Amino acid sequence: MRLSTIILVLAAIAVASFFIGRQRAVSSVGGARQIRELHSLPGYYGYLTAVWAVLPALTLLSVWMIFADQVIVSKVVAELPFSYQTMSASEMNLVINDISNLAGGNIASGEPAAEISAAVDRYIGLRYSSMWLVALLCIVTAFAGLVIAYLRIHPQQRARNSVETLVRIGLVLASSIAVLTTIGIVASVLFEAIRFFEEVSITDFLFGLTWSPQTAIRADQVGSSGAFGAVPLFVGTMLISFIAMCVAAPVGLLVAIYLAEYATKSIRKTAKPILEVLAGIPTVVYGYFAAITVAPLIRDLGESIGLEVASESALTAGLVMGVMIIPFVSSLSDDVINSVPQSLRDGSYGLGATRSETIKRVILPAALPGIVSAMLLAVSRAIGETMIVVMAAGLSAKLTINPLEAVTTVTVQIVTLLVGDQEFDSAKTLAAFGLGLTLLLVTLVLNVIALQIVRKYREDYD
Amino acid sequence: MSVANRTPQETRKLVEASLGKRGRAERRFHAYGMLGVIVGLSFLAYFFATIINDGSSAFFQTHIKLNIEFDRDVIDPRRSNDPGVWAKANYATLVKNSVLEIFPDVSGRRDQKKLRQLVSNGAPFELQAMLVKDPELLGRTVEVWLPTDDEVDMFFKGKIDRELPEERRRVKDQQIGWIDVLENEGLLQRKFNRRFFTAGDSRDPEMAGIWSAMKGSFFMLLVTFFIAFPLGVAAAIYLEEFAPRNRWIDLLEVNINNLAAVPSIIYGLLGLAVFINFMGLPRSAPLVGGLVLALMTLPIIIIAGRSAIRAVPPSIREAALGLGASDVQTVFHHVLPLAMPGLMTGAIIGMARALGETAPLLMIGMVAFIVEVPGTPFDPSTALPVQVYLWADSPERAFVERTAAAIMVLLFFLLVMNGLAVWLRQRYERRW
Repeated sequence: MRLSTIILVLAAIAVASFFIGRQRAVSSVGGARQIRELHSLPGYYGYLTAVWAVLPALTLLSVWMIFADQVIVSKVVAELPFSYQTMSASEMNLVINDISNLAGGNIASGEPAAEISAAVDRYIGLRYSSMWLVALLCIVTAFAGLVIAYLRIHPQQRARNSVETLVRIGLVLASSIAVLTTIGIVASVLFEAIRFFEEVSITDFLFGLTWSPQTAIRADQVGSSGAFGAVPLFVGTMLISFIAMCVAAPVGLLVAIYLAEYATKSIRKTAKPILEVLAGIPTVVYGYFAAITVAPLIRDLGESIGLEVASESALTAGLVMGVMIIPFVSSLSDDVINSVPQSLRDGSYGLGATRSETIKRVILPAALPGIVSAMLLAVSRAIGETMIVVMAAGLSAKLTINPLEAVTTVTVQIVTLLVGDQEFDSAKTLAAFGLGLTLLLVTLVLNVIALQIVRKYREDYD
Repeated sequence: MSVANRTPQETRKLVEASLGKRGRAERRFHAYGMLGVIVGLSFLAYFFATIINDGSSAFFQTHIKLNIEFDRDVIDPRRSNDPGVWAKANYATLVKNSVLEIFPDVSGRRDQKKLRQLVSNGAPFELQAMLVKDPELLGRTVEVWLPTDDEVDMFFKGKIDRELPEERRRVKDQQIGWIDVLENEGLLQRKFNRRFFTAGDSRDPEMAGIWSAMKGSFFMLLVTFFIAFPLGVAAAIYLEEFAPRNRWIDLLEVNINNLAAVPSIIYGLLGLAVFINFMGLPRSAPLVGGLVLALMTLPIIIIAGRSAIRAVPPSIREAALGLGASDVQTVFHHVLPLAMPGLMTGAIIGMARALGETAPLLMIGMVAFIVEVPGTPFDPSTALPVQVYLWADSPERAFVERTAAAIMVLLFFLLVMNGLAVWLRQRYERRW
């Protein structure tokens, strides 16, 4: 009996109950010709019956899915010989892992001990019988639900109202997923970050000047004290974002102005979607581009004028990231510029101003709050961008603002700390969550400020 | 002289004198704007030109024509006639023998080894697969086109400069001599690189393919779609049609907008902490990737869905309500079908975003080196963009063109999806 089989059986029961319920409703008023005697359309009785049949069974099934494995494991562990009962929690975890691996048919390291093999057999047996038990229970519940719903059907039953209430509950639940996601993000990042800050003080993290997250595995190891001062990462992130904005802000704004004010309709219609292709290109592709094409180009260029450029320079990552953000800035600014009312332009032209004078003295000041907020959103994008910097920026945390040197960023460090070995209680992996929390807070604050600026300084022209 | 005291004639003179300068400023500004657009467009053109230039050669792979003798003495010396024995035989010897046949005068172990290295390390596996498929081949000699080593491939495609000093290239002078002989005899040829589309990852570039990554991406998008689309549409319906106007709902809206702006890597942290560490779902599985991407695309789908639902005019709702439909019936029978093209467009755009996303997948362990093609969403797998990332990091020269080729495939899918969204919008969008 497999899980998918149980679900398929339940689905079949649901479909059958729908037809049974509908039929029962029709026959309760004496056939299809008397159907107007029913409170609701016959289908609603069918839906209601199906819900009654399947919902309790599904609830049961999900409760079983959550708890079954824990119960089985604890039963198996309880039956292990005494020598196992005195083990520490981590040793015990290894044993449990071995057992479940063996039960899954995977080859464990070495020939298992006799008591382990017995435990494996026990584990398989328990899992097998619990599967059958839950299947049986589910089907019984489903039939019980079906019978109850069947018996409740009568012409005055308000079936539509019940179904609609259920639908509304479903809609509310779906909307609450967004809230749950937020809670999940904040909780997962926060809890691990708090564990990190128990080991490393917040002031050391926020103001420390050296970052070298290698902690000692053995006590006598040399040169791996582990320093978690994140200032070099913050500076690196800001440096790369600054370079990116130096590219994206002027180009994006000029593009927006040109497309909104100068371009003919046909140019606008072709150029705008083409430029937006830039926004649709995956960031990993930009990363490839930065690492393989742009980095050697900049290095050679630097060499030809006698400058020494690191092959993973901040400049490369920043330039490519800037190009990535251009469409972001331009389409946001474009919207803002377009929402400046035509009467302002006409007034300016009427006083004899040229187009560029109108743009510089009338339109841009009017659109300024929107443009500033677009820039802030772009900065928040740049700070959170990962793949370009992972592929094109460096790993060494150097405290410098020289764009020709290799710097590292917050996102790069999160990736390098979490990819590879996974020891979840070391300060090294927890540091990634500390960085994640910082990143989350900074981007959130930037977004809130951006929205606030628009809300506070927006002028209503109508 | 103050402005108020100017005569009209003086003012006129002043203005006329400034006209030339203002005109020039105007033209300059216009040119700047145009320059901005040109910079953007030319970058895009340069970008695509580079990718296509780098990647298109990867669709063809240099093959070498060998007369392979499926020698009984090598494959089944004890005449056991057991396919199990055949499968374990030393096929590299077959390859070596047939290369030596072309160059009979190469002697000495080191030279022979260098000669054998012209052919791919994966070639023996190809021969093994051939024999398993067709046992009749045993004892016969057949003409086979086998892939060459990646360095030979690079050299044959002209990506390694012959003039480079020998110590700076991995194809040695001696091997170049052999390659020239083979080329003159027509034994080297570029053929369509079928493996690139049918194989999983490999350490040998000539044997590496994107099929497992493509399948991983497909499973992931499947999970993402079936979670994010229903939930997103339901949330959009609730917020547009049923939600009361109060502070909680305002908060929910702000929350959704903020979620759309959370960096994708943070979703990776969420997936790692919740799905893998807390719920114990398998690492590297498309299921987890799909869940994370679903949470990430949910805000996009909700926001797009709301505007699609809002675009359905109130008159439709009023007509349905006027005929006695309940509000749930109105929404599900009338508003939703009319908003469907818009909802689908939003979903496709969200899926396209999800397809290109890499950073959160790195967090949940989808960077493993996966050779097997995943069969279900629970098997370990990589995704197309992650494969690009992995290959871009590989030192072999031949992986550069393969990376670019994988990017071309990825961009092709994105193009198709976005094209579909545009088509849907134009085909079904209605102006009321």
